[in-house]
Amino acid sequence: MRLASVDPAALAVGLRPGMPLADARAQIGELAVVAHDPVLDQDWLDRLAQGCARYTPLVALDAPDGLILDIAGAEHLYDGEAGLVADVEMRFIRLGMTLRHALGPTADAARALARYQARPAPDEAQAIRRLPVAALELEAEATTALVRAGLKTIGDLASRPMANLAARFGADAAMALRRISGDAPSPLDPRITPPPVVAERRFAEPLGSSAHAVKVLSELAGEAIEDLGGRGKGGRHFRATFFRSDGLARTIAIETGHPTRDAGLVMRLFAERMDGLADPLDPGFGFDMIRLAIPRLEALGASQLRLEGGAVKEAAIDELADRLATRLGRGRVRRLRPADTHIPEQAQLELPAIDAPAPLPWQAPEPGEPPTRPFHLFDPPQPIEVIAEVPDGPPQRFRWRRAFHAIRRYEGPERIAAEWWRRRDNGGLTRDYYRVEDAQGRRYWLFRHGLYDEKPDPRWYIHGVFA
Amino acid sequence: MRESIHPLAGLRQRIARIAASGGFESRPAEGWLTSGHARFDEAVGGGLAVGRTHEFFAADALDATSAAAFAALVALRTPGKAPLIWLRTSDAGRRSGHIYAPGIAELGGDPDRLLLVEAADPKMLLACANDAIRCAGSAAVIVESWGKFPLLDLTAGRRLALGARDAGTTLLMLRLNAVPAPSVAETRWGVTAAASHALEANAPGAPAFDLELLRWRGGPAGTRWRLDWNHDEHSFGETTLSGALLPLPARRAMASHGAAAA
Repeated sequence: MRLASVDPAALAVGLRPGMPLADARAQIGELAVVAHDPVLDQDWLDRLAQGCARYTPLVALDAPDGLILDIAGAEHLYDGEAGLVADVEMRFIRLGMTLRHALGPTADAARALARYQARPAPDEAQAIRRLPVAALELEAEATTALVRAGLKTIGDLASRPMANLAARFGADAAMALRRISGDAPSPLDPRITPPPVVAERRFAEPLGSSAHAVKVLSELAGEAIEDLGGRGKGGRHFRATFFRSDGLARTIAIETGHPTRDAGLVMRLFAERMDGLADPLDPGFGFDMIRLAIPRLEALGASQLRLEGGAVKEAAIDELADRLATRLGRGRVRRLRPADTHIPEQAQLELPAIDAPAPLPWQAPEPGEPPTRPFHLFDPPQPIEVIAEVPDGPPQRFRWRRAFHAIRRYEGPERIAAEWWRRRDNGGLTRDYYRVEDAQGRRYWLFRHGLYDEKPDPRWYIHGVFA
Repeated sequence: MRESIHPLAGLRQRIARIAASGGFESRPAEGWLTSGHARFDEAVGGGLAVGRTHEFFAADALDATSAAAFAALVALRTPGKAPLIWLRTSDAGRRSGHIYAPGIAELGGDPDRLLLVEAADPKMLLACANDAIRCAGSAAVIVESWGKFPLLDLTAGRRLALGARDAGTTLLMLRLNAVPAPSVAETRWGVTAAASHALEANAPGAPAFDLELLRWRGGPAGTRWRLDWNHDEHSFGETTLSGALLPLPARRAMASHGAAAA
């Protein structure tokens, strides 16, 4: 293990990044070490970049430890570059960060100055010329070769013909040089977080009626959805917050199964939700602010109605599913999806229709064979009393729900073992399934839970009913 | 006086329009949910009319699965991907069992077409049914209820039927563990399980249904049918592989053919 990074105090006592941890410990007994976590570092850099959005909207990450701000046209807000730099320094020092910064005519120049400037210079052009060739960030051998050739600074290189440099070290080296000296554009890839879609309205005089508040909400929905249209997005999740003048806030949220830009639909879902509230929206002393936020966006292109009306019908079904899910709860409108297991009660998943994944193929029926799985499944299986031959004969008659059923036809057993590879206790007992038909022609799915050598007196259950 | 003439004339016009369109029931159906068995479909005027209400009664709780499966198979026989909206109450899973997709897939139906809606109580079930029935584009809407359904009186039934007619959706009412009662349904069926034709080694065969047409607005009721489901051909039929059928008397009237096997 090596040191990834050291603080100024450690630098002062002679520790350097890249040093083996054992050596460092040998030098300093009471060394405080923290494991290096690049993901957390990246996260922190991202948060700093977010904070820098106060200076300019164009902030680019220079991983792992740099930020590039395009301050063109933004510095006057801080009374010039010096004021802006002072503000940046003040804030970063307050966060406990050490900072190296530089201003440059292009992004690459500023970056090179911040990372490699060793000697002060009277102006920017001079400063760039005095940068070491390491600022080109070529491979170590190429840098060494340049230094050996006596070309120690960018200025030395820039005074030579560019063609020679390109021939010797490749086009990338020439390009890097041109970028740093400002001859080639150095575009910035700014980190842009789309601002969340929020529409809100404040009232000087609190609103005393819920009906009025809902009306305002529908206006807000119109505004927010206009905003979505401009972005080519649709909302999946809408959250309305009603702030009461006495400080309480009530949030009501709805969800849709597909991204939507239909304000009418959104308001219908809100109306549905509010109708179903156990304690209705209470204005109290009045609402002084209403906010509609759309936290979850998804791409939604401009749509066109299809001539045959197929899309319209699908949309109608989706809207019905959304409306029922809003009224009953999202888990109560479901679609069925297969699960990869042979344990019957786990072979299907009932997922909320709002975010059920794409359909997967189901097991196709065997041609000419009757179904081997029931139409209705009991989960959990219901215990029954069975008369059957010991140890592993088929059931003769059984009692279920206080009624006797004499078995006329049967097929089985279909032996389904427990999933011994999943659970430590071998997964439980083996089941022997029988497909049986009683004297009235009803078909049932029975099983014996456990073999006789697994359990002295295995119980019988009914697991399903066939069509 | 002039003011009162206009409303009167308007009302007369409305009555004339209603009379011209033939009223509620006599409008021809837009299509049929068919069983795939030609004689059965022919005998009930083409099948189960689209845009109407059809009731399936399982008088005995043990026949709940037969009634549910028959309604589902008739709806899932329709080509395309139109969803089958199935509304039930929360206790249905405990009473008649959860709808089991692998079983539906083995019957040849497409479980991806199912949209299951679980209402907390019969009142909510009826409210959701009213919404679902007004949404065009579904293959059918199945409303499953258990026992007596006092909320479903003639008014509620007619409201559902009108919604279904206007949107062109088919409503299949599953009345499990219930006795038939008057309603506005187009057809009313009693469904019970029938003994299957045994396969080799006395194994239970293809699903078999005993159907009794209890009421039909378009013709005589009382016929009985015994249908098998053939998942390879995706249709119902009266003959099976074994050939060990009760012979059908050839001279009996068309309408009572179905009773032969019952």
